[in-house]
Amino acid sequence: MLKIKNLHASVEGKEILKGINLEINAGEVHAIMGPNGSGKSTLASVIAGKEEFEMTDGEIILENEDISEMEVDERAHNGIFLSMQYPVEIPGVSVTNFMKTAINETRKAQGLEEMPAKDMLKKIREKSEMLEMDRKFLSRSLNEGFSGGEKKRNEIFQMAMMEPKLAILDETDSGLDIDALRIVSDGVNKLRTKENAVMVITHYQRLLNYIVPDYVHVLLDGKIVKSGGKELAHKLEEHGYDWLKTEAKSV
Amino acid sequence: MSLKDKLISSFFAFEEQVDVSSDIHTIRNKALKNFESKGFPTKKEEAWKYTSLNSILKEDYSIFPKKESTIEYRDVKKYFIHDIDAYTIVFIDGIYSSHLSETTHDKIDACLMSSALDKPKYKEIMEKYFNKIAPSDDGLNSLNTAFSREGAFIHIPNNTVSDKPIQILNLSTGNEAALMLQPRNLVVVGENSQVQIIERHQSLTENPVFTNSVTEIFAEKRAMVDYYKIQNDKLSASLIDNTYVDQKDESNCSVHTFSFGGKLTRNNLNFYQRGEHIDSTMNGVTIIEGKQHVDHNTLVHHSQPNCESHQDYKGIFDDKAVGVFNGKVLVDKIAQKINAYQSNNNILVSDKATINSKPQLEIFADDVQCSHGCTIGQLDEEALFYLKSRGIPAKEARALLMYAFANNVLESVKIPELKKRINKLIANKLNVNLGFDL
Repeated sequence: MLKIKNLHASVEGKEILKGINLEINAGEVHAIMGPNGSGKSTLASVIAGKEEFEMTDGEIILENEDISEMEVDERAHNGIFLSMQYPVEIPGVSVTNFMKTAINETRKAQGLEEMPAKDMLKKIREKSEMLEMDRKFLSRSLNEGFSGGEKKRNEIFQMAMMEPKLAILDETDSGLDIDALRIVSDGVNKLRTKENAVMVITHYQRLLNYIVPDYVHVLLDGKIVKSGGKELAHKLEEHGYDWLKTEAKSV
Repeated sequence: MSLKDKLISSFFAFEEQVDVSSDIHTIRNKALKNFESKGFPTKKEEAWKYTSLNSILKEDYSIFPKKESTIEYRDVKKYFIHDIDAYTIVFIDGIYSSHLSETTHDKIDACLMSSALDKPKYKEIMEKYFNKIAPSDDGLNSLNTAFSREGAFIHIPNNTVSDKPIQILNLSTGNEAALMLQPRNLVVVGENSQVQIIERHQSLTENPVFTNSVTEIFAEKRAMVDYYKIQNDKLSASLIDNTYVDQKDESNCSVHTFSFGGKLTRNNLNFYQRGEHIDSTMNGVTIIEGKQHVDHNTLVHHSQPNCESHQDYKGIFDDKAVGVFNGKVLVDKIAQKINAYQSNNNILVSDKATINSKPQLEIFADDVQCSHGCTIGQLDEEALFYLKSRGIPAKEARALLMYAFANNVLESVKIPELKKRINKLIANKLNVNLGFDL
């Protein structure tokens, strides 16, 4: 589904990603782990198309189409979804209105009619119930005054509404207590199908107990230095990243 | 002949139409003399530094419309908040239109300034309130006072809640090549009484209209007054709105100003607190483009302790539009324990748009909380990215963010239908397609 080849990206002239190669197939969950500053969030932002990151080399191919020249919204229309590490507060736009606009703009771009209001409401109700969200949240301003956990839950609610091909969860576990973590993870697991894929970006192995990855990749200084199965996450939990740094140097 | 000279010489013709033996006419005469010496304000005056009236004053306005015009309700229905039951006071080219209006004398008075000026039963009220807060040394107010004859007169007696909101609509037909209007409104709200008022000025053609309006509002003890001004006029229409609010103990008054269109709009909005535990609110949303100009000049005078004032003005300026915010807060020495808040936030959509924002705090008491904040900026890039990442294209994302920014001010609008209407006006203005559940 997603093929990343030799991806280089920099911000303000400083190279952050130094040649990433990664292939994610439909139905798979990939975890990207790594210490602070290794480039995890940059990778997420570059795939989503954030303008402040300049892609200097390589390709990002989604279902045989190079998306690296596409605008942020076009990538979303093609099925990329980024669950933000720090969702922005937007006073004055309700969660419901935001989702309605997002879905209808996406449908418009795909050449579809607007979703009838009745269907929209039904979908909103189903997905918010799945994530055990209080209905009051839906009419509140987007993320305004939400706790850290509520913001993350709202991100997964948006994912449920948008039904992306590739969902990138950027540090979704940060700010979540154990109950919220369970609800959010259950939500993500319910949304998994044979046709979509999930990229989980995380510091800690904790989230991976709930969203079990097929593959784990370790990012160090802008490169994937190690890939493996879910057992790699356990090893990192036990031994940290230092052994990999030594290994990477000796190579 | 300059407009000033024309106005002064028209006064003789005006005198033929009114009762020159009345006490009110003595006030008019005095006001005319003051206008003769003061004239129209110029940019040399500090309060008019960023707003020039030159381009408006050069038109050859008719001071009195030559004939009465009629308008069918269906042609102007959209300018009413028609989905609510309300008293309506409608003027066409400054002349009262009985067939478009629904006035009342039952429990409350929602009627005409002309009848309040003429009828003996209102003499006492007029003597007590007419021209009592509008400052007599101000040129524009003097000009309006000199020609004061028509407008809305609203009187809510003590212990009375108006059963419906009151709409004041000033329509101009364009039957004159250019027309000057000077509506004069008086609102007196008795002790423990409540009223909500919506005011709108609307030109129906492209012929120039210049309105110099004066509204005096008196809120007696524990009165509650909510006043909403809709300024969404044609590009040929200019408005100077002079509003003065006098508040007694424990009264609560708010004025919301929605400025979405017009050639030049100047709001002189003045609150005078004359008692304790008073709450005053001034909120405004300005969204303009082209070469439009909107100037908010506000004053809150805290003269007694334990009071609050809140000001929240937001503006979005595109193209070469110009905005001005000049907010003065004056706290007298004896006015301790005052909370005065003022904020003015602006978004400049184009490089050529301008906003001049100037808070002016004059505080002579030592135990007060006054805050003011002013921002001028562009839209938040992180928020834009967030919206775009959900499939919302850049143009729509920008519009949605501007909508959200402006819409925030509407939370304090107490008439739901009006709120919906303003919501829609803002959405249309910014090209945002809104659905259900706002």
